[in-house]
Amino acid sequence: MSTTVLEQPRVHEPVNYLNADYGWKSWLFTHDHKRIALLYLFSITALFFVGGFFALLMRLELLTPPGDLVSSDTYNKLFTMHGIIMVFFFLVPSIPATLGNFCLPMMLGARDLAFPRINLLSWYIYIAGAIITLSAVISGGVDTGWTFYPPFSTTYSQTHVVLTAVGVFVSGFSSILTGLNFIVTVHKMRAPGMTFMRMPLFVWSMYATSIIQVLGTPVIAITLLLIGFERILHAGIFDPKLGGDPILFQHLFWFYSHPAVYIMILPGMGVISELVPCFSRKRIFGYEFVAFSSLAIAVFGFLVWGHHLFVAGQSMYAGMIFSFLSMVVAVPSAIKVFNWTATMYQGSVSYETPMLYAFGFIGLFTIGGLTGLFLASMGLDIHLTDTYFVIAHFHYVMVGGMVMAYMGGIHFWWPKISGRLYPENWGRFAALVVFVGFNLTFFPQFILGYHGMPRRYHAYAPEFQVLNVLSSAGASILGLGYIMPIIYLTWSWFRGPIAPPNPWDARGLEWERAPSPPPTFNFETTPIVTEEAYNYANEMEAHVGG
Amino acid sequence: MADSTTTAPSQGELEHASALQHQFDDPLQQYDSSTLGMWTFLLTEIMFFGGMFGAYTIYRYKYPEAFASTSHYMDLTLGAINTAVLICSSFTMALAVRAAQLGRKRAIIGFLLGTLALGTVFLVIKGVEYHEKYVEHHIPGPSFSYPEHPEYAHTAQILFFLYFAMTGMHAIHMIVGVGLLTTLLVMTIRNRFSANFYTPVEMIGLYWHFVDIVWIFLFPLLYLIGQHA
Amino acid sequence: MWSNFSFNPVAASTGAVDYDQLWMFEVVIAVIMTVLIFLAVFVFAIKYRRRSPDEPPPKPIYGNLKLEIFWTVTPLLTMLVMFGWGAKLYYEAYTPPKDALQLYVTAKQWMWKVQYPEGQREINEVHVPTGRDVAVTLASEDVLHSFFIPAFRVKHDVVPGSFQHVWFHATKPGRYHLFCAEYCGTDHSGMIGWIDVMTPLDYENWVSGAGEGGGTMAQQGERMFEQMGCSTCHLANGTGRGPSLQNVYGHPVQLDDGRTVLADEAFIREAILYPNAKVVRGYKRDIMPNFQGQISEEGLLQLLVYIKSLSAAPQTPSPAVKPGVKTSLLSYPKAASTALMAPVARKAPQQ
Repeated sequence: MSTTVLEQPRVHEPVNYLNADYGWKSWLFTHDHKRIALLYLFSITALFFVGGFFALLMRLELLTPPGDLVSSDTYNKLFTMHGIIMVFFFLVPSIPATLGNFCLPMMLGARDLAFPRINLLSWYIYIAGAIITLSAVISGGVDTGWTFYPPFSTTYSQTHVVLTAVGVFVSGFSSILTGLNFIVTVHKMRAPGMTFMRMPLFVWSMYATSIIQVLGTPVIAITLLLIGFERILHAGIFDPKLGGDPILFQHLFWFYSHPAVYIMILPGMGVISELVPCFSRKRIFGYEFVAFSSLAIAVFGFLVWGHHLFVAGQSMYAGMIFSFLSMVVAVPSAIKVFNWTATMYQGSVSYETPMLYAFGFIGLFTIGGLTGLFLASMGLDIHLTDTYFVIAHFHYVMVGGMVMAYMGGIHFWWPKISGRLYPENWGRFAALVVFVGFNLTFFPQFILGYHGMPRRYHAYAPEFQVLNVLSSAGASILGLGYIMPIIYLTWSWFRGPIAPPNPWDARGLEWERAPSPPPTFNFETTPIVTEEAYNYANEMEAHVGG
Repeated sequence: MADSTTTAPSQGELEHASALQHQFDDPLQQYDSSTLGMWTFLLTEIMFFGGMFGAYTIYRYKYPEAFASTSHYMDLTLGAINTAVLICSSFTMALAVRAAQLGRKRAIIGFLLGTLALGTVFLVIKGVEYHEKYVEHHIPGPSFSYPEHPEYAHTAQILFFLYFAMTGMHAIHMIVGVGLLTTLLVMTIRNRFSANFYTPVEMIGLYWHFVDIVWIFLFPLLYLIGQHA
Repeated sequence: MWSNFSFNPVAASTGAVDYDQLWMFEVVIAVIMTVLIFLAVFVFAIKYRRRSPDEPPPKPIYGNLKLEIFWTVTPLLTMLVMFGWGAKLYYEAYTPPKDALQLYVTAKQWMWKVQYPEGQREINEVHVPTGRDVAVTLASEDVLHSFFIPAFRVKHDVVPGSFQHVWFHATKPGRYHLFCAEYCGTDHSGMIGWIDVMTPLDYENWVSGAGEGGGTMAQQGERMFEQMGCSTCHLANGTGRGPSLQNVYGHPVQLDDGRTVLADEAFIREAILYPNAKVVRGYKRDIMPNFQGQISEEGLLQLLVYIKSLSAAPQTPSPAVKPGVKTSLLSYPKAASTALMAPVARKAPQQ
């Protein structure tokens, strides 16, 4: 089959969600979850590079000990805005709004989500929040840290705190509505025969994530509102000089922001649960354990926020409870890692790009998770908190974990989404570049942190330079690793070979009952599910389309 | 997917079909989904108000005297009237839902109007209360003053801030509710509802009841406790 | 840039040595687990690689309950050890021993102001002796800061509106970094300094030589006590409108609502800034003016040292009796929070 076909003649092209309608209105007013997923994909990618650009500037500054590239205030704005954009506008929506939106209804055998118009509204709210936040960035930035701690944020900062808080507040509703939509869809829109225990594990992860989004996000919403009002009115709610308590803010903030980090990893775990069985040709080991561990993480994740306050002046007893629970919450994550590894045992493993990202995830998430234990252990946290050790820890789980899973998922479902195949060798090469670049960037930071280099430092003591140079070198490689997929995936969208309905011979309704790309309503007829997920033991009968 | 019948669809079924959205297989699935969706949304609202209730509880415990002092400025009469008004409005709303179940258009309109009227009365009384606070310089910000007890001035300001935050958020939710009720009214007038399809009425009813319940918690916490202190 | 680099940061205090033991334990566990997982993935990926595109699908393995229980319970138990050891380390790190040498540090954007009881003041520099427990009371004039000495593995946020505490027992003379570790604005990364650890003899010399004209902190506090009018009500013989402050610090105090609390550092602070929060039995409310906003943090510390000097009790915040003030419902002073645990028997210092 020719791989240089430039364009399929329209008369032979089956009608799918991409060509069903043309024109900007058909995209901006769509109700189709798949088109909305693409709207999100585009916006999230753009914001990822904005946040990444700030990181690049930071790492350039950190090549030398003195603060000589940008001023202190500028540097403080850079790390703040890097954090805000990456957390609220990239990681939190990433997999849920792109792969979740695209795949969840199809995995359940549904025609769309429960509330398609709310889905579209969710994207518009995201864009509104992004515009508000970016206008804060452009008009001078904000320098409070993504954590907005008062009294600095309410009384001392001279930057656009309120505007940024409003932007993040608005974006929170996007997250809430997406979560709400997914919860209702999972409960009410499963195809006949699709019991909970037959659902793909990606759905379980998305369900757990949605619970966190729905319960946790409102708390950050009200917290940011309180910060905004305090900044304007100076009533004193967080100002000790007026009787307020700065630590109250920290409790309110972390009550959301800790569960938020599980929003920023559970979807990635869900993707890995799809990739490993497919590329090992073997059903997942311990399905029930993996499924319930997602729920356990969601529940326990709400009970550990005080581990961010071990040195903040929190009661020692409260701290002990939080430390204990933080150990408990690590267990379900460990269970998942073991089950994924066991899935490969006696499997038939291949090394396509998505699987390479899955390997990377398993290794790097393991390191990230283990280093979390150092921080959960109160005595060790005293020295390590607020240093580069913490930065390394969360980048290992968020970037080495979540972003790698995101990349793996994008590549895995790319044929389904675009109807095209990406160039496999470029995919593998980029995965390797990302892996190498990532480790070079962030591993030295564990050492820096243990040696005492504090975070959010514009200038640092000279003995930290060696490791900072290594880290910055790694960052440039990592950046290249992210730019490559932008290029070859875009190329493949227009020029890539046409994909068959199921190039991976994967299991799952989206692969087995729908062509690539799918039609607008996903399935010709509602699928009826008669077997469990991951039935890789059976050779699949050939069926193309629905 | 629903089988098509061979007989001509009834008026009810036509209304069904036009109200049935494409992603749903049948009206019951749509109704169940809407209900679960609204309950989930109300859960998020509980978390939203919960943060403020938490802050209020902590500061009340920390500054019992300032709290006792500020609670004397809560207008118990107006608060009690508002409580009665809201409870009645929940009653009329429930009656509106009942009327919708029975397909009685005029009754729906009547009860929705009643709910709207009572909701508006609530907001007006709230406005009167806020005005009182304005006159007494109890609105947090540059104009705040608390001459009767200058040693509590700072903490009194925090407590008033929380008062306005909580009742203000509640009032905003009421205003949104009033808007939703107006929309419902228009939809009813335009014959969008019948005994077979009245889901929006019920969903907005749930929302309205929730906003009422938030007030049922606010009233004792802000107005009743501390009156005797 | 290569010159001052080493893999192990210096451990210059007893606490740092204890710290590094738990650190090493966790490093070993982490390395073992990482190697195990990496090896397993690597070996399975190669041993079970697909050898031909047509090979038949592998047999499904649904799971293994025993294995699941094993790899649930074993990590949990290991983590419980990490929790328990870490909690113990934390408790010891934040329970200052009695009779520690007491220093007072005020943080402000963007410097550390150090006050010694003998009256010396320094900026961004703290002199301490080896072989002695040193306790530091931390106060902030503006925003959150964090007092961080990597070589001692010591850190605590400095929270405006409250006193926080750290303590350490230095063992190696030398000059060690002091960093601010809580983002505090423009010059956060410039809010750094040095801890100068000296032998006891050198420290004695330094202390006697570096005195300032202002007198000791207790003397400065006494002057302020008079200037602010405190002495008009707090007569030493107890006949004034306010209670005598003789022997108050470090001892239990009966309040007018029946409670008995410990008069620790947080109690003294609250009494000055929020006098009606706790009123001593036998005295009237609403008499003492509050001094919120009228005394600087450094001034508060001087008053504190003066009031401590009127008392025979140990000068460091002591966990001996029931907790004193909750400076906020959410942030118990460390003295308060350790009150329910038996006092730790301190090892005799090595020197």
